[in-house]
Amino acid sequence: MTLWSIIIIASVGCLALKLSGYLVPPSFMEKPRPSRVANLLTVALLAALVATQTLASGEEIVLDARVPAIGLAAVLFALRVPFVIVIVAAAATAALLRAFVGG
Amino acid sequence: MAIRQAVSVALAVSTYGVSFGALGVASGLDIWQTCVLSLLMFSGGSQFALIGVLASGGVAAGPAAITGAILLGTRNAIYAMRMGPIIGPGLWKRTAAGHLTIDESTAVSTAQHTLRGQRRGFWWTGVLIFVGWNLTTLIGAFIGDALGDVSRYGLDAAAAAAFLGLLWPRLKQLQPVVVAVAAAVVAAVLTPVLPAGLPVLVAALVAVVVGLTNWLGAREKHSLAEEVSADTSAVQEEHS
Repeated sequence: MTLWSIIIIASVGCLALKLSGYLVPPSFMEKPRPSRVANLLTVALLAALVATQTLASGEEIVLDARVPAIGLAAVLFALRVPFVIVIVAAAATAALLRAFVGG
Repeated sequence: MAIRQAVSVALAVSTYGVSFGALGVASGLDIWQTCVLSLLMFSGGSQFALIGVLASGGVAAGPAAITGAILLGTRNAIYAMRMGPIIGPGLWKRTAAGHLTIDESTAVSTAQHTLRGQRRGFWWTGVLIFVGWNLTTLIGAFIGDALGDVSRYGLDAAAAAAFLGLLWPRLKQLQPVVVAVAAAVVAAVLTPVLPAGLPVLVAALVAVVVGLTNWLGAREKHSLAEEVSADTSAVQEEHS
């Protein structure tokens, strides 16, 4: 599987999902269950990605400079600091810790 | 009213595109691959998920990356069901609307009180974000490319922070908070056991179980319209 085929397959899949929503009969909309599962699916996937992106190194769990960086990001998001500034702050924190402390 | 909201939401969201462009290049994609994702996939959460899994697992994690991106896109199908009656009939119009159906266009539209306002809110937000998101992705990709290896030092932390930023506005009730914590624990515990990308997909089962049983849920909502407006108002509040 090449990088390009991964990009095209995933993009077409996401677009097909959006279009499929316009084909569903309105009666389906009266059921709360599908939308609840979809909303929670988004939450679960994003939370799992936060965890693996912060803690995983290949197939190992490692506590390194990413942990304080994501802690800082959480504080900044709670203070309603804009998205881009938080991202840069998190990256800079991890980079500086690695440069001066190691790990 | 609808147009003013569309402009402010579009400006806020478009700045994320710089982060996506830079992270996309730093995770191993070239500038054009990063831009094609913003043009074709056009859904922030799915795009970040795809490059996140590819950055940690490489091309070998392709199937897991695709599955993660598509699962994150399922909420757009729910938004599309909500928008169908507002957009009205017409194959080309509905196809264009489908591509522009994302968190923000649905949020601005459903916040309006007249059908005319709902339509204007949807199209203005969708088109403005599409233009802004793709322009800033291109700018971010060039920045990431120019930084080269330098951008890699804090890349993993930046990607984690990006996911946290997308998650944050959704954590306003007990049920999503519990699902988020449980999914994070499941993914971390399974990381040493399963190949890269799969722990995230297994963690998604937490949402399916809690969602089907409505464990810890608020009162049963009466219609999808209420569900969508409850979900999207959080997103909109974040940008206003």
